[in-house]
Amino acid sequence: MEGFAAIYIFMLAAFTGYEVISRVPVILHTPLMSGSNFVHGVVLVGAMVVLGHADSNDPVQLAIGFVAVFLGAANAAGGYVVTERMLAMFKGGNKKQGGA
Amino acid sequence: MVNGFIQASYFVVAVVFILGLKAMSSPVTARKGIVWAGYAMVAATVVTFFTPGMGNVGLMVLAIVSGGAVAWWSGKTVKMTDMPQMVAIYNGMGGGAAAAIAALEFARGEVHGPVAATLAVLGALIGSVAFSGSCIAFAKLQGIMQKAWRLPAQNQVNIALAAVAVLLGLGIIMSDTPASFLVVLFFIVALALGVILTSPIGGADMPVVISLLNAFTGLAVGFEGYVLGNPALIVAGIVVGASGTLLTQLMAKAMNRPITNVIFTPLTGAASGGGEAVEGTMKEFSSLDAASVMRYASKVIIVPGYGMAVAGAQHKVWEMAQLLEEGGVEVVFAIHPVAGRMPGHMNVLLAEAGVPYDKIFDLEEINADFAQADVALVIGANDVVNPVARTDKSSPIYGMPILNADMAQNVIVVKRGKGAGYSGIENALFYKDNCRMLYGSAQQAIGEVIQHVKALEA
Repeated sequence: MEGFAAIYIFMLAAFTGYEVISRVPVILHTPLMSGSNFVHGVVLVGAMVVLGHADSNDPVQLAIGFVAVFLGAANAAGGYVVTERMLAMFKGGNKKQGGA
Repeated sequence: MVNGFIQASYFVVAVVFILGLKAMSSPVTARKGIVWAGYAMVAATVVTFFTPGMGNVGLMVLAIVSGGAVAWWSGKTVKMTDMPQMVAIYNGMGGGAAAAIAALEFARGEVHGPVAATLAVLGALIGSVAFSGSCIAFAKLQGIMQKAWRLPAQNQVNIALAAVAVLLGLGIIMSDTPASFLVVLFFIVALALGVILTSPIGGADMPVVISLLNAFTGLAVGFEGYVLGNPALIVAGIVVGASGTLLTQLMAKAMNRPITNVIFTPLTGAASGGGEAVEGTMKEFSSLDAASVMRYASKVIIVPGYGMAVAGAQHKVWEMAQLLEEGGVEVVFAIHPVAGRMPGHMNVLLAEAGVPYDKIFDLEEINADFAQADVALVIGANDVVNPVARTDKSSPIYGMPILNADMAQNVIVVKRGKGAGYSGIENALFYKDNCRMLYGSAQQAIGEVIQHVKALEA
């Protein structure tokens, strides 16, 4: 990738991340942290690419690649389940109750 | 052709991730947000199988299925109060994955050019620190590791280790094909750094650390994305890195603990030694007294803390609140930004018990209302209602924003026993004239109050 194009991507992504979260109410901070934890689980894709191109006759490469994919998959799957469980609780909470 | 399709898919995935995070910023759309992001993740994983030249597919499927299954099962079965450590451990795994990607790229000799090498090394360093640091955070919150320990000259050791890691990293960047012992040594030092950095940090500061490590992992993923030439990793990683950094700042601010303080000068009652001795006595209250005071109040503000969550009393507390509301009492919940173990953790726990979120108020929203409240009911919270944070300059928590529970007409504190809070600091609130102590576990104490309120109704 061209060096400068990458720097622009870094900068724009950083501003986006800052903007996206800056309007989040406190009650969603924990689910959001968990949700962003899930999003960086996309590291799984990178892990798959490196394992896919590892030398299949080199056990060290295969072992490192396996660990990378295993950890990436766990990050993605665990992050999703935990976030979904937390947010599922907000489903019923929206109804306004009478009284004060 | 195939490559173009994969690139286009990654682009869509990156867009959906950002929209998903955005949707997660409102309670109404939050659940949709995570579901969208979930579909995007599945799509990204599937199209990656079609990357030209992919080998080792059997091993890859095995790794995905086993890693995914373990995490899926543990995430489904964990209790809500234990959520923070699960977030920590999954985050650590992401950091570990980023570090392992860098390790494999070094092993294959596939890192070309000074920019890629620098980012690969940085990603490896940050990812390794996030991995080992998150494991320590998990061990602490899970209760496996009880005590925070500090090395003598802790800060110097931190700096020395970081310097060694940077030097080894420079060595790797400089050489075209880095020697494997150099790479191995680099990872050992980086992992050790994560352990040493996190070990002395006390439980109360843990949420800030988890959030910081989450941001770290995002950065590491973004950097490795550059090395692999994968924009989806760059965008997702950096977005998380930036939002995680902001979230960490918000948390640290809520605790009045600058991030550098959290890392370099952990808060402990013994070490700080400051704070004036508190005068007066604690006055006990029976559950019947508590029930009648609240039943005949017009406004009750409940201040829940982690103690309530540990006791699993949130359902009982909500039952009591509903009972009081039926009798015409206005009941609301006041949540300190760091109540629970992470910002918003208490909101999740209350939501689990079925408390509608229009009854839950933040510190800024509610602090002025305490003066008009007849009763402030403090359940399992301590430091976040300690008035010395406003008054006593010598106290280690001076300046921390607190809930002004002491301003209410009556304060009732439900507490397991006498003794200082998480930070080990005496609470002046407990000795005030308008404060009464209701001893017992939250579950049992509130249960008794419910019985008495019912009896009063009859």
